[in-house]
Amino acid sequence: MNTVTQVLNNSLTPQISDRLSKNFNRHLKERVIEFILMLAAFSAVLTTAAIMGILLYESYGFFEHVSIADFLTDTVWTPLFENPRYGILPLVSGTLTVTGVALLIAIPIGTISAIYLSEFASHRVRETVKPILELLAGVPTIVFGFFALLFITPLLQKIIPGLPTFNMLSSGIVIGIMIIPYIASLSEDAMRAVPMSMREGSYAMGATRFQTAIRVVTPAAISGIVAAYILGISRAIGETMVVAIAAGQQPNLTFNPMDAAATITAYIVQVAMGDLPHGSIGYQSIFAAGLVLMLMTLTLNIIGHITRKRYSERY
Amino acid sequence: MMTSTTPVKAEARNLSFFYNGGNNAVKNVSMPLYENKITALIGPSGCGKSTFLRCFNRMHDLYPGNKYEGQIIMHPDDTNILEKNVDPIEVRMRISMVFQKPNPFPKSIYENVAYGLRVRGEKNRRIVDDKVEEALKGAALWNEVKDRLQDLAFNLSGGQQQRLCIARALATDPEIMLFDEPTSALDPIATANIEELMSELRNKLTILVVTHNMQQAARVSDYTAYMYLGELIEHGETDRIFTRPTRKETEDYITGKFG
Repeated sequence: MNTVTQVLNNSLTPQISDRLSKNFNRHLKERVIEFILMLAAFSAVLTTAAIMGILLYESYGFFEHVSIADFLTDTVWTPLFENPRYGILPLVSGTLTVTGVALLIAIPIGTISAIYLSEFASHRVRETVKPILELLAGVPTIVFGFFALLFITPLLQKIIPGLPTFNMLSSGIVIGIMIIPYIASLSEDAMRAVPMSMREGSYAMGATRFQTAIRVVTPAAISGIVAAYILGISRAIGETMVVAIAAGQQPNLTFNPMDAAATITAYIVQVAMGDLPHGSIGYQSIFAAGLVLMLMTLTLNIIGHITRKRYSERY
Repeated sequence: MMTSTTPVKAEARNLSFFYNGGNNAVKNVSMPLYENKITALIGPSGCGKSTFLRCFNRMHDLYPGNKYEGQIIMHPDDTNILEKNVDPIEVRMRISMVFQKPNPFPKSIYENVAYGLRVRGEKNRRIVDDKVEEALKGAALWNEVKDRLQDLAFNLSGGQQQRLCIARALATDPEIMLFDEPTSALDPIATANIEELMSELRNKLTILVVTHNMQQAARVSDYTAYMYLGELIEHGETDRIFTRPTRKETEDYITGKFG
């Protein structure tokens, strides 16, 4: 027994040391590569941290002049006026109204498109329609903005007499159309990921295609579908160009989509394009507004994360 | 050989099946399913036994390009369930199926069992409650889940999930139940439970079970069919097939010389 191990050791030892020295070189190369990869990954984290830092820093300057209570409760937003007032509520109401209209359009149409593409369309139809749908996501938002102002608004004015040229309704509708591809495409991915065995189980019970799609596939894919909604909502809240062009520039505390009103993003564009001196309160106000925007999308992302965890697929 | 008094519940007559692309997976098979009996289909992988089983609830209709030839006649009404004008949904309401891997729906235990009733439009709560309880008792699962019917079905163990799938299939009072290798994903204890359950279910309905496990076929079935390369080699009472097979191929497979 002992002699056997000895013989083995003797014959193996030189080879092992040989391989170890090679391994060391390889190891060094591995580590350099690893470091470069890590650097690339951290650049995104670093950028995010830097953005957050600047937002917080400039907002801090803003909140030295304006109390947080005023900021959150005042109903007038006129930072550039003679007697400035800094109530964020009108901008938030504008943002929420436009987003609400957009979601009323995008969630039903997006979800129904996803169900159709995933459960009903033939392979050929799906392979044709999906790329076209995704193409829609690539149209520059400025095009959508002009589409809202010059096509949708006149159309709406024929239906709703007295509708102002700038209104949140047409921006909301167009943003809704804009985010349909996101919701449809991501929801469809989630539904296609539901294993065939689950569908077969439903069909074997005598269910129709529609029953299978609604009662089995959709609940099975719900976490992915909710994630798609959250992404869509984030996009709608952060959308800038369409509202800057078609919704109006006047901060206006209203939830009526037929009114003109500015959103947070529209305000930021308006101020950022002007020539406000660096460091003035007006200048800093865009960072405070930006911070609110960021907190809104952050909250949504957290909600999305929690829902995803709670309803995570287990099949 | 076959007791002439045993009524036939369904029979395949010259059944052939072609997958999209032309692969002839079942070749001219004729075979009866006796009422309130368990018929086992055995044979090596790829012999067409699962394909044959899935003809009985028209599962192949879900994928384009598949083609049946021949007939599957269901008694006592003598309906050819493969006929074009027979709605596959009607067929599946009479012939239910339990799959190889437990495939509960992302719903509560209760809703899983109630699913078949729901898709049939049953709204009466009392009826659904009663049927769910009856089906869970029939699948020997009631005592384990009666206090947590609203729990998600995924929280059950693999064996429990498979019994849940059996309860789901039972809830709509099918005439025939198809089992496609129902225990291949389960441990020995859960397997024994399912086999015992199948023996009991025989009193209520007719069973066709595909298994790759010959011992299982010998343990649970009344009749056994041996398939090879899409053809039915031999069919008969299980005792006889396992003790005195008439065909050389069957004997080779059963004795382990082959497969």
